[in-house]
Amino acid sequence: MKVAYYPGCVAKGGAPELYRSVKLILEPLGIEPTELFDAACTGAGVLTERNPLLADALNARTFAMAERRDMPVLTICSTCTGTMLACNARLQDEGNRARVNELLAPERYTYNGTTVIKHLLWMLVEDVGLERVAQLVKRPLRGLRAAPFYGCYLIRPSSLVGDEHPDRDLYLERLISTLGAEPVKYEGARKCCGFPVITMNRAAGLRMTGRNIQDAKEHGADLMVTPCPLCHLNLDGQQAEASQALGTPLGVPILHLPQLIALAFGHSPAEVGLGHHVVPAQGPLGRLLQAAAAGAS
Amino acid sequence: MEVHLRVQRFHPQVDAEPHWQEYRVEVPEHATVLDALLAARDEQDETLTLRCSCRSHICGSCVMKVNGTSCLGCKTKVSHARKRLAAGEPIRVAPAGNLPVVKDLAVDLEVFFGKVKAIEPYLQPDGPPPEREYLVPNEAMLTVREAMACILCGCCVSECNSLEVEPRFLGPAALAKAWRFTEDPRDAADRHRLEFVSAPGGIWDCTHCFACVEVCPKDVKPMERILELRRRAMEAGFTDNNGARHSQAFADTIAESGWLDETRVLSRSLRGLPELLEWAPVGMRALLRGKMPLRHRRLSGAKQIRAIFAAAQRRSGEPPREHAPGR
Ligand code: SF4
Ligand code: SF4
Ligand code: FES
Repeated sequence: MKVAYYPGCVAKGGAPELYRSVKLILEPLGIEPTELFDAACTGAGVLTERNPLLADALNARTFAMAERRDMPVLTICSTCTGTMLACNARLQDEGNRARVNELLAPERYTYNGTTVIKHLLWMLVEDVGLERVAQLVKRPLRGLRAAPFYGCYLIRPSSLVGDEHPDRDLYLERLISTLGAEPVKYEGARKCCGFPVITMNRAAGLRMTGRNIQDAKEHGADLMVTPCPLCHLNLDGQQAEASQALGTPLGVPILHLPQLIALAFGHSPAEVGLGHHVVPAQGPLGRLLQAAAAGAS
Repeated sequence: MEVHLRVQRFHPQVDAEPHWQEYRVEVPEHATVLDALLAARDEQDETLTLRCSCRSHICGSCVMKVNGTSCLGCKTKVSHARKRLAAGEPIRVAPAGNLPVVKDLAVDLEVFFGKVKAIEPYLQPDGPPPEREYLVPNEAMLTVREAMACILCGCCVSECNSLEVEPRFLGPAALAKAWRFTEDPRDAADRHRLEFVSAPGGIWDCTHCFACVEVCPKDVKPMERILELRRRAMEAGFTDNNGARHSQAFADTIAESGWLDETRVLSRSLRGLPELLEWAPVGMRALLRGKMPLRHRRLSGAKQIRAIFAAAQRRSGEPPREHAPGR
C-alpha cells in the first residue's frame, strides 16, 4: 500500500526516536511511504485559531501533494491528524476550496477534496488488519502491562474522527493486545496530556501530565504508549516536573506507538531509540522483555 | 426490560467516602437513564438523591456521568448506555465532575453560576436603549443563536480537563456565554469583555481537549467559541500574555522556515528570564538525550509557504509581519 508519509515536526525535531522506529515497521507492514519532505507544518490547531484560511491553505497544499500521487496521507501524530481532519472537512465545501486554491495557484497546486488522512494506528486496524500485524509479532510482549494514551485529537470530536469508524477510540487497546501485551484500563487514557497549556499555565499543565501518569501507574502500568509525540514531549520530557508538582514519584517509561510495535516485531530497545528517552526506558524495557521471554519459554 | 445500575452514593455529612450501590429495575425499551434512576428511587430507595425537572433536555438539571462520560440523564437512552458494556456489566452512574457533591447525584452549582455571572451575562449597549425593540439583521443573530442554545446544564464543565487541575478557570459554559455577548450586535462592551477573558483563568487556560464540544447536549461547541475569543482578543491588542506570545511565535517560525521550531517557540512564548530558567532543566535533558536539534533547517518550499502566509493574512485582514528568512 503506497502512502504519502507526513511525519510532522516533532518526529523530525524533538523525537528522533519516533522517526527511526516508524522506519523499522513500515516495510514489514506492507506500507510503502513517499515522504512529503516539503509539506508545511499543519499548524497544530494554533494557526487555525489565528487564521483558519491560512491553516486550510497550508494543509490543502499537503493534501494536494498526496492527491496528485493518488495516495492517502499517513500521519504519526494525533495532533497533526486532528488538525488535518478539521481542515479537510472545511475543504469539502467548494467555496472554501476555491478560496484556498487561489492561494495555492502560484505553486500550481490544486486540491480537489479527495485526500484521505490516516494516522498509522487507523491504517493498522482499518487497512493492514490486526491479523497481519499479529503474524509479524516475533516477540509477543506477554506479561507487559501497557497503558494506552490516545491524545485528544485522535478521538475527539467524534463527529469528525468517528463518523465512519465509531470504534477508533478503542483501537489502541486492540493493538496492544495484538502485540501480546495487556492494555491497562484507567480513566486517563483519553484525557489531555497538558501540553497545550504548558507555556500559558505550566503548573496546570504539569498537574494534568502527572495525574494521568499516576492514574496509569496506580492501575499497574509498566509503561504508557502514545500515538502522539506532543503527548510524549510532556509525559516523558516533563515527567520529573510533573512528579514534583504532585509530590509523588512516578518513573513510568513512555513509548511511542511505533516503538512498541517495533519491539514486538523483534527489534531491540536500542534500535527503537529508547536511549533518547528522558525517563529511563532502555533498561526497564530490556528487563521487561527478558521477563516476557522467560515467561513464554 | 431489566436494567442493572451501579450508582455512586455519597452523603458528605454522613459518609466518610463515596460508595457504589446497585439497583435492578424494570423499564420500557425506550427508557432513559434518568427514567431508570427515577424507577429505582420511586420503587426501591427513596433516599437516592438526584435532580431533574423537564425530562426532555430543556431545563438542564440532570447532569451526571454515565459510564464515566458527562451527559444529561434524560437525553441518554439505556440502550445506548449499554452498547459498549460486557454482558452482565452494570451501567455506572456517578455525579458530575469538577463540582462538589451535595448528595449522591446532586452537585453544588454555586461556583458554576458564579463564573457565568462573572462574565456579565447581560447586554451592555452603547447609549440609551431604543424606545422600542432593537432592530438587528437576521444574519447577525444566526451564529449567536448557536451559543444561545446553552441550557446551563454543566455537562461541559463536568468534563473539562482544565478545570480538573485549575479551579480558577472560568470554564467552557461561561466563556461560551462571553463569546455570545461579544458576537451580539446589540452589545458594545467587546473590549471590556475581551480584556476580562484574556486574564489568567480565562481563554488561555483552555487546554483544547474537545471534551466540552463532545458532551454538550445543545451543540454549543464551547471550545470553538473560546478559540474565536482568542483570535478576537489578539486582534484587539490583548497580547501581553504567554498565550498570545505563543501563538505569534508559532506562526512566525512556520512563516520563516515552513515548519515548527519548538525551541524558538518556547523561548519566545515565555515571559522573561525567570520563566526561561524554570524551563532550563527540561532543555538540558533534551539536549543531553539528543532530542534538541541544534540546527533548524528550513524546508525547500519555505519561500512558497511564506507567500501563502502573506496572501492569507492579506485576505483575512491580519496585519502582515516582516518575516526574516529562515536559517
Ligand atoms: S476544550 Fe477547553 S474548555 Fe473545553 S473542556 Fe477542554 S479545556 Fe475545558
Ligand atoms: S455549553 Fe452545552 S454543555 Fe455547557 S452548559 Fe451550555 S448546554 Fe450545557
Ligand atoms: S431533566 Fe431537564 S434536562 Fe434532564
